[in-house]
Amino acid sequence: MRILIEGGRVIDPANTVDDVLDVLIEDGRIAAVGPSRSARDAAPPDRVLDARGKVVCPGFVDLHVHLREPGREDKETIATGTRAAARGGFTTVCCMPNTSPVNDNQSVTEFILDRARREGSVNVFPVGAITKGQQGAELAEIGELVRAGCVAISDDGKPVMNAEIMRRALEYAGMFGVPVIQHAEDLHLTGTGVMHEGLVSTELGMRGIPAASEAVIVARDLLLTELTGGRYHVAHITTAEALRLVRDGKAKGLKVTCEVCPHHFALTDEAVRTFSTNAKMSPPLRSARHVEAIKAGLRDGTIDAIATDHAPHTIQEKEQEFDYAPNGIIGLETAFGLTITVLVEGEVLSLSQAIARLTCEPARVFNLPKGTLAVGADADVTIVDPTREWVVDVKRFASKSRNSPFHGWKMRGEVLATIVGGKVVWELEG
Amino acid sequence: MAVGLKRKDLLGIQDLTVEEVGLILDTATSMKEIASRDIKKVPTLRGKTIINLFYEPSTRTRTSFEIAGKWMSADVVNISTAGSSVVKGESLKDTGLTLQAMHPDIVVIRHPVAGAPKLLAGYLRASVINAGDGAHEHPTQALLDLFTIRERRGTLQGLKAAIVGDIVHSRVARSNIFAMQKVGMQVRVCGPATMLPRYLDRLGVEVYKRIEPAIADVDVIMMLRVQLERQGAGLFPTLREYSKLFGLNLDRLKAAKQDVLIMHPGPINRGVEIAPEVADGPYSLILNQVENGLAIRMALLYLLAGGPAGANS
Repeated sequence: MRILIEGGRVIDPANTVDDVLDVLIEDGRIAAVGPSRSARDAAPPDRVLDARGKVVCPGFVDLHVHLREPGREDKETIATGTRAAARGGFTTVCCMPNTSPVNDNQSVTEFILDRARREGSVNVFPVGAITKGQQGAELAEIGELVRAGCVAISDDGKPVMNAEIMRRALEYAGMFGVPVIQHAEDLHLTGTGVMHEGLVSTELGMRGIPAASEAVIVARDLLLTELTGGRYHVAHITTAEALRLVRDGKAKGLKVTCEVCPHHFALTDEAVRTFSTNAKMSPPLRSARHVEAIKAGLRDGTIDAIATDHAPHTIQEKEQEFDYAPNGIIGLETAFGLTITVLVEGEVLSLSQAIARLTCEPARVFNLPKGTLAVGADADVTIVDPTREWVVDVKRFASKSRNSPFHGWKMRGEVLATIVGGKVVWELEG
Repeated sequence: MAVGLKRKDLLGIQDLTVEEVGLILDTATSMKEIASRDIKKVPTLRGKTIINLFYEPSTRTRTSFEIAGKWMSADVVNISTAGSSVVKGESLKDTGLTLQAMHPDIVVIRHPVAGAPKLLAGYLRASVINAGDGAHEHPTQALLDLFTIRERRGTLQGLKAAIVGDIVHSRVARSNIFAMQKVGMQVRVCGPATMLPRYLDRLGVEVYKRIEPAIADVDVIMMLRVQLERQGAGLFPTLREYSKLFGLNLDRLKAAKQDVLIMHPGPINRGVEIAPEVADGPYSLILNQVENGLAIRMALLYLLAGGPAGANS
């Protein structure tokens, strides 16, 4: 199957490409990337995609999604979650292990991979648990998890609170070359907090989670990373203090990386004033000071990747009193729009830098052979229009869930088509 | 002529304009007289249905809403969730929709979670009154507190008040901070560092960690109850130490103005945050607050549901 993507502006930061070029796909791989018309002359393609005036880039890589299967298929399945990914321009997702049962053994890993092969629209790489049952007490069979296909380990949803366990996880995972991802918060400092501790929580009388809750764990873990020489990745970083620590850690040569979620650069804790539970997530939306630090961190490269932490929840669970609603929002289908609208239009990142944070940088963090349009690479390609305006309508989402605070938002930057392994898995109508 | 509040719900002081606050206080002034009649009954809310939906225990607030409704001839129903389908796990949404199907005019809700009254108000055509939501707001308390101060002092503008106690967990403190600032009073808060929320100074409130300077030359001292449960949470070591450092007794009162007004939303912990002699003394307005609570609540029920045009249109 030959597909020619013709006349688009190809932005491929992995190979420092930013030019109007044709991309030829053959048998699921990138066959050629060259000046217009050169590829077409060789042999007639089965399909031509007219990308003139559009941007062609590697398919996006999301290091952090919750596909909810096995266990909570009412919120999302591998089938619906990967369709949502495709709609959002993501061709690779890494799914977190806080399923039911937890992905702390090869059987669950194999189940996920099997489901993904049969029903998934995009590449799925599972993240295995650090500890058995994510209970934080004993290491999971990390060797088996990696052998079965896990690309990283995490107890996400929860932090590893025990420093000794964290130390051993960094050492042990080091044997298999996979990073340890930490959901960084100190549960004691968090307590029963439901939002960021700041002026807004003081006015609303809601229990706050101080920025220190994230920072103290990152500080501790960086010392452990230094001790062990392990690879450490901070999930969904949100605070100026944690960013400062990561910046210093990188300067010292520690193997530390981090990701940020679009909602943490698009919203502040002011969003909680309406008491909408779509403003409730963990870690919480922070104050403007931290959002500024996040933007600075994206600009100076302290933040490696943009990841969604796509967290589907049923309508009835989110329709509860704020304290009782589960944490999290969906994000696969708004990530690109938010990245363009807030970061590129907001002059925090250039278009090319933004695409890097969605493609080659996340791929590098987990050592995935993705996020590139090099000849021979898997034909995972996304075609976008970064100038097109659209209005978010959650009712049209492919995700099973609807918990997004961005419903009704005017966005700039729309995904037009998503190709995975040389197959067009999604196209925008018209 | 019906003069109603041009809003469906009373969710918090923060939403109210200073004119609305004035309207409520003025209306309460005329309502208060009903309490001194032999036959405490007016037909103002005849045929109206009021449901008190209390997810938390209450003596003052609930009884006062119930009596206020009954004196005004409304049909009043009390639901205490412990004896309701809430124990079977029924959601707030379904509880609201179920009640709406019985056509109430007003639902008064007290709930442990901030924002719950707002959530409920979205499901009801009826007016929703917040009788306390978590540590967020308790607007009727702040209104009756302002009414009590105004009754004694004639005016509110320029007065100084000190609120002492567990500020971080107190909806009474929050609503009073908002209400007092709205009417031009100067507000101080005082408590142990662990019980003072951060950033209060950004709201224009003066923050004190010692009671003596906090109460010096204020017109009103409002004491808040300290809960034993907070001891377990590491916020202070013992009630004994709290009382020694922050309790209001006659000795400490010597540092305050001669005619200072002593207030407390109740229930009081005699001997902990307030000495019995102070609670029962001549400058204590604690029981006046309770009496005025009735007037304020009658005023609110009237302004939201009463009069020929009602206020819900």
